[in-house]
Amino acid sequence: MTFQQPKINTSPHVSDEVRKTTCYMCACRCGINVHMKDGKVAYIEGNRDHPVNQGVLCAKGSAGIMQVNAPSRLRKPLKRVGERGSGEFQEIEWDEALQIATDWLAPIRKDDPSKLAFFTGRDQSQSFTSFFAQNFGTPNYAAHGGFCSVNMAAAGIYTMGGAFWEFGQPDWDHTKLFMLFGVAEDHDSNPIKMGIGKIKARGARVIGVNPIRTGYNAVADDWVGITPGTDGLFILSLVHCLMKAGKIDVNYLAQFTNAPCLINGDEKSPEFGLLLRDDNGKELVIDRATGKLTPFDQKGVKPDLTATHRHAGISHRTVMQHMAERYLSDEYAPEAVADRVGISAKRIRTLAAEIARVAFDGAFELQQEWTDFRGETHKTMQGRPVSFHSMRGISAHANGFQTCRALHVLQILLGTVEVPGGFRFKPPYPKPATAHPKPHCGTTPDKPLDGPHLGFVHGPDDLALKEDGTPARIDKAFSWENPMSAHGLMHMVISNAYAGDPYKIDTLFMYMANMSWNSSMNTRGVIDMLTDKDDNGDYVIPRIIYSDAYSSEMVAYADLILPDTTYLERHDCISLLDRPICEADAAADAIRWPVIEPDRDVRGFQSVLCELGAKLGLPGFTNDDGSQKYADYGDYIVNHERKPGIGPLAGWRMGEDGLVNGRGGINESQLDNYIENGGFWVGHIPDEALYYKPWNSAYQDWAVGMGLFDSPQPYLFTLYVEPMRRFQLAAEGHGDRQPPDHLRERIKATMDPLPIWYDPSPDNHCDDYPITALTQRPMAMYHSWGSQNAWLRQLHGHNPLYLPTKLMRENSLSDGDWAKVTSPHGEITVPVLEMAALNENTVWTWNAIGKRKGAWALDENAPEATKGFLLNHLIHELLPPKGDGLRWANSDPITGQAAWFDLKVRIEKADAPSESQPAMGPIKSPVGKGPMQLAWKVGK
Amino acid sequence: MTTLPQSTERKLGLVIDLDTCVGCHACVISCKGWNTENYGAPLADTDAYGSDPSGTFLNRVHSYEVQPSQGEAQLIHFPKSCLHCEDAPCVTVCPTGASYKRTEDGIVLVNESDCIGCGLCAWACPYGAREMDAVEKVMKKCTLCVDRIYNENLPEEDREPACVRTCPAGARHFGDFADPESNVSKLTAERGGMDLMPEQGTKPVNKYLPPRPKDTLSEGAGDIDILAPYLEPVAQEATGFLGWLDKTLEKL
Amino acid sequence: MHPAPSVIFFTVFSGIGFGLLTFLGLGYPAVTGWSAFAFFVIGYLCAVGGLISSTFHLGHPERAFKAFTQWQSSWLSREGICAVVALILMALYGAGLVFFGQRWGLLGVIGSFFSLMTVFTTSMIYAQLKTIPRWNSPLTPAMFLSFSLAGGALLAGQVTWAMALIAISGVIQVVLWMQGDGALKGSGTTLATATGLGTNGSVRAFEPPHTGTNYLLKEFAYVVGRKHSMKLRTISFVLMVVLPVLLLALPFSHWIALVAVVSYVAGTLASRWLFFAEAEHVVGLYYGKR
Ligand SMILES: Nc1nc2c(c(=O)[nH]1)N[C@H]1C(S)=C(S)[C@@H](COP(=O)(O)OP(=O)(O)OC[C@H]3O[C@@H](n4cnc5c(=O)[nH]c(N)nc54)[C@H](O)[C@@H]3O)O[C@H]1N2
Ligand SMILES: Nc1nc2c(c(=O)[nH]1)N[C@H]1C(S)=C(S)[C@@H](COP(=O)(O)OP(=O)(O)OC[C@H]3O[C@@H](n4cnc5c(=O)[nH]c(N)nc54)[C@H](O)[C@@H]3O)O[C@H]1N2
Ligand code: SF4
Ligand code: SF4
Ligand code: SF4
Ligand code: SF4
Ligand code: SF4
Ligand SMILES: [Mo]
Repeated sequence: MTFQQPKINTSPHVSDEVRKTTCYMCACRCGINVHMKDGKVAYIEGNRDHPVNQGVLCAKGSAGIMQVNAPSRLRKPLKRVGERGSGEFQEIEWDEALQIATDWLAPIRKDDPSKLAFFTGRDQSQSFTSFFAQNFGTPNYAAHGGFCSVNMAAAGIYTMGGAFWEFGQPDWDHTKLFMLFGVAEDHDSNPIKMGIGKIKARGARVIGVNPIRTGYNAVADDWVGITPGTDGLFILSLVHCLMKAGKIDVNYLAQFTNAPCLINGDEKSPEFGLLLRDDNGKELVIDRATGKLTPFDQKGVKPDLTATHRHAGISHRTVMQHMAERYLSDEYAPEAVADRVGISAKRIRTLAAEIARVAFDGAFELQQEWTDFRGETHKTMQGRPVSFHSMRGISAHANGFQTCRALHVLQILLGTVEVPGGFRFKPPYPKPATAHPKPHCGTTPDKPLDGPHLGFVHGPDDLALKEDGTPARIDKAFSWENPMSAHGLMHMVISNAYAGDPYKIDTLFMYMANMSWNSSMNTRGVIDMLTDKDDNGDYVIPRIIYSDAYSSEMVAYADLILPDTTYLERHDCISLLDRPICEADAAADAIRWPVIEPDRDVRGFQSVLCELGAKLGLPGFTNDDGSQKYADYGDYIVNHERKPGIGPLAGWRMGEDGLVNGRGGINESQLDNYIENGGFWVGHIPDEALYYKPWNSAYQDWAVGMGLFDSPQPYLFTLYVEPMRRFQLAAEGHGDRQPPDHLRERIKATMDPLPIWYDPSPDNHCDDYPITALTQRPMAMYHSWGSQNAWLRQLHGHNPLYLPTKLMRENSLSDGDWAKVTSPHGEITVPVLEMAALNENTVWTWNAIGKRKGAWALDENAPEATKGFLLNHLIHELLPPKGDGLRWANSDPITGQAAWFDLKVRIEKADAPSESQPAMGPIKSPVGKGPMQLAWKVGK
Repeated sequence: MTTLPQSTERKLGLVIDLDTCVGCHACVISCKGWNTENYGAPLADTDAYGSDPSGTFLNRVHSYEVQPSQGEAQLIHFPKSCLHCEDAPCVTVCPTGASYKRTEDGIVLVNESDCIGCGLCAWACPYGAREMDAVEKVMKKCTLCVDRIYNENLPEEDREPACVRTCPAGARHFGDFADPESNVSKLTAERGGMDLMPEQGTKPVNKYLPPRPKDTLSEGAGDIDILAPYLEPVAQEATGFLGWLDKTLEKL
Repeated sequence: MHPAPSVIFFTVFSGIGFGLLTFLGLGYPAVTGWSAFAFFVIGYLCAVGGLISSTFHLGHPERAFKAFTQWQSSWLSREGICAVVALILMALYGAGLVFFGQRWGLLGVIGSFFSLMTVFTTSMIYAQLKTIPRWNSPLTPAMFLSFSLAGGALLAGQVTWAMALIAISGVIQVVLWMQGDGALKGSGTTLATATGLGTNGSVRAFEPPHTGTNYLLKEFAYVVGRKHSMKLRTISFVLMVVLPVLLLALPFSHWIALVAVVSYVAGTLASRWLFFAEAEHVVGLYYGKR
């Protein structure tokens, strides 16, 4: 019989329609094409035109279809009827839900708005949620940055007016050496992968500095398996080598940084250590041409890096001189640091030499003229093809702020920020700390707050303190304990509210944060705080409102649940006022829009806030006649204006004659314009403004036109961060606002205006607990959300603890054995696996795979609950007692960033338990369980 | 004929770059998504939300540790789907003719309506590239997105496999190996593209680009001594350094 | 390999059944009428029962007829054809014996040939698989054929033949075991060749591609412990070789013969279980399971 090759249809019908919107399986916010068949989502792929992902899509993004049909989706508002934590709820109507919320919140606002703590998780509508909180009048608002990576954001903004995170990117097209510190995945998930792919295709070098060699570090050409927590020391040693060899960009330092600025050298002065300024507050330098003291920004000034200004018998020296003195010291010589950082002196030198080679031998010029803020025109753009990127690996430590600063200082010394081949900001950055708002905490009953909650402090005067000097905010942000906590401290809210320190609150209102599980340190303790009652039998935290889209662990601990839509069912706005999707070459923003209708009785949370705001009579949410101002979030996105001409979206605004971008009036069909364009808007930066943005007048003008600033804001990079010195001065006794005595020494020691390194491990009892335990984000899972996804959970359904070969041998462990892991705070018993490409005193696991039984519509015997586990049980929000009668926070003393990665443990072999320990009892699922089988095909 | 074609007009396949793959699983899931909705039966999952979830995937990403004789261990992410072998044993064992290799482009396919689900082709494949669907009970395998690469309902630029289109790192390349000028042929030639299990005699079409040499900036490796001159000190201590700075500024 | 009961059952019983038919086709024992009927019923029960059981592991048994089409390339297809031809020829031949008291000798010989070919083609399904080095050997068909013939002889009451064939199959089995234990190694396929990473250093499987299970793991990742396997080999060898030979050496009795058959079948089932369970598919290398 002859075989007839079957004829197949190679051009089958793909979809009825493609709807373009923005992914929300993580915070990267890629553009997606949602293919629809029979009105249902059939397939999701990346949008090729989109600035973020240019067509590619990660595993989570492609699995969005399983998120949208997940059985864990909440269906209707819920009112708690059992005890907190039981999961016993009653489904109620939206009217009742909104009425309950209004009845709880209205009296608070009348009496004392600070009795509301409104905290949002990793959401992307912070400019909107903060607007609500500000209108409500509570000082207690923040998003999740405090436990995430505020060290990175704050250090970047204070040092150079922009940070890594998703706010900048290497010049992928030109860089020849890319060095990555402490990144497993980051927010710029797809762009980093695309960038690494580009670099590798060119055969350029990638260096990964990370105790663990997976993912990006696995493809890195060189892996530096550093000892956790010591990056600052390593970086400063690189600085030492480079300075010693003169491999620094002298011209750049003199022109664009505060290296030539003079520091007050008068030890007796209350301004000792502050920068010399003129009457207009301009930093002063000595001009090499004239030898005279002059403001830094005058035309023709050639700032002198080595000058000393002698006045009244006092020498005022430049920042550069202070740096030379510090970093050339043998303290930072490779030989002196090698043992602590776990990298040989020879290798440190080699790495420094390679950086020097590429930065200086590899320098190149782009033929592009540009004019700087001093009015000087440069014929070309000088490129230095060395770039860096970094994230939580260096920031989630108690020395993270200074470590991040050290890395920025290294970049600046090399002259490789905002130059071709280096690191580039994405609009609205660069933006100096001084151009950001300061934190506000002025409350008045029945009135909005006196300004935005979060911001950047420049000295003790800007702290959020009450008259009596105690913290004004429930999370103690901007207090002496963590003065520069630019993102607030969401991780301290529950424990502070529970302790009534600094005061008691009435209602805790949270959105999109799994605080009774993976987002909290000390998970068990937090659960106890959420469920504990006082002597009257009332909950210590009286009321909890929570908005989630899914049946997460947190749902069981709230009294009222406002069920959100999924990302394909609502309007969202990825705004320049917030965390936009800009690229270094362009400003960009985007929307989400309801590409499908919810099949449940759920509402977009932002729309719910529009309604709630109106019911509460908040000024920003009501018209003059008292009626609701914004019908829903879509209405807000189009019609809200922060300032005249500036709204949530910058694209297709209404100009005098037709549509304009950036500044412009309201355009009623703005959302349609976005939808037509694929859900996003891009405004390209002109060629002469693409680099040197902080000093480039063409960029500054463009930014003003876009509405990013109201006037040009050129500035100097601050190698020396003066606000830190102001806190030190206070700790030394200067000024009216004084820190409590127990904090003086710490402030003096840690708030050094030039980067330093200190060792956080003794505070974590590293003598008894010598091993560092880390987590990493799996590329295919997003925190706790991934497990409800039928496809993704097959990839990461449980998580072993990975041990280096040495620790496996020492403890006679082999793959599949179980080990007891003990920290000063607690213990867990978990399965282990061996990994050779791992720092030999480090263990790690994937983050947030472990699940509570009963959550996420999973079977109670799901591997996530029986074999999966959280390290969070071992981490406490406070350090172990030091014996001084005080409990210190397990966080960075400068920003309050949670020090997740300072966790120290001990390991011993254990008999295999029936499931990972601690095993917590199941919670009742408010949504039932998922189906047995899936064969998902919508177009039959 | 489930005997193999003597030769095929084109040899379509993938090049997978082991030097670049970051192990993100994007290709795994986009493949699952496309092939659930398209060619043949959906790729099913059983016990999807339960204690023992299991599902059909046509592409999986392994990871391996390699310990060189000198230096640090390395980790390699390793995506694997059907290699569309020239001497595909999965085809010749098939009793029904359901498995076949297309004469025009060499794609190895399963005609699901002929498949009796005997599993023999999966036994014959050394690479684990075939999975029996637990619900539909037919053999599933990578189709090289035969319903995309020629699909006139897709824009020209999208006529490539879903996994290639989605790979964020650009570690997957699609093309015709019969054409020496194609991107895949060139990459294979330049980077020493290799066969998996050559001793099995399957003559895979898909090629793997080996990882480039690693850790050359460490002891015992090449670059370390050449670089020393770049750190020639200009000064040992602060005063000398300032002198050097002064001179340098003078020259600017 | 996952030792699927249906496949074990199929190969053992169809082997014995076709073995018996082979002997019957050659005229051993030279029976006619009702006693021929009895022998043929046993032969067909084993052969057809085995074949039917083999369809249990098919995803779509209703399409099984399609399996006859690819005889040019597929041993499985050839097996199907041989089986059908053998069964038809032997049915005709049997009808002659039972109903007409006639022995159509040529037909019987051809039927026997196809019966043996069925067993051979079955064995080639396994022996052809390079992916399973333990099977990929001429000893695999030798083993299948000797088992089949020994079983056939036993059922056909050919005591001398049975003793000789059982002994031969015992030897083949032991050699196959010994050779099989080194087969994966000898095949040259390793994790290093599987990944192509061998030139860079020693390769170790790190994270599997999925924490959940899948078809491949269920089908190919089965591993039998060394101790367990030694025990089973001994038991199987005693049951299928030692015991039957000893029993057959005793003065003939139907009861003893029945015990010998039962023992032989049990031993063969155990051996066949091991045949599958011990077989290492190279795909296990990718999962670090070898
Ligand atoms: N051990 C350890 N713990 C950590 C970290 C670590 O590295 N190690 N990292 C920390 C960091 S950086 C972070 S950011 C946190 C993250 O922690 P979380 O911000 O708590 O992250 P998720 O677990 O994703 O929880 C977010 C919640 O949002 C819900 N959600 C998802 N989509 C929607 C939606 O569309 N609408 C609404 N209303 N809700 C939705 C989810 O169901 C989930 O309950 O974890 C922290 N915890
Ligand atoms: N797929 C996916 N993407 C995500 C998320 C997710 O859950 N899943 N979460 C998002 C969120 S909220 C955040 S905050 C970002 C975080 O993104 P990342 O910053 O990449 O965060 P982690 O995964 O916690 O990885 C921290 C890395 O730092 C390393 N590390 C730990 N300590 C040290 C150290 O002392 N020195 C050095 N050099 N390295 C160290 C760890 O080994 C790990 O590789 O990811 C975002 N993107
Ligand atoms: S990185 Fe992935 S999950 Fe995140 S937005 Fe992009 S596609 Fe979606
Ligand atoms: S990889 Fe396996 S399934 Fe694909 S053609 Fe080769 S043998 Fe067949
Ligand atoms: S499972 Fe299907 S495709 Fe595979 S050999 Fe059997 S019939 Fe052919
Ligand atoms: S080519 Fe298509 S079917 Fe094959 S692995 Fe890629 S996406 Fe899957
Ligand atoms: S998508 Fe690309 S980088 Fe990611 S696992 Fe697949 S091949 Fe590797
Ligand atoms: Mo985060």
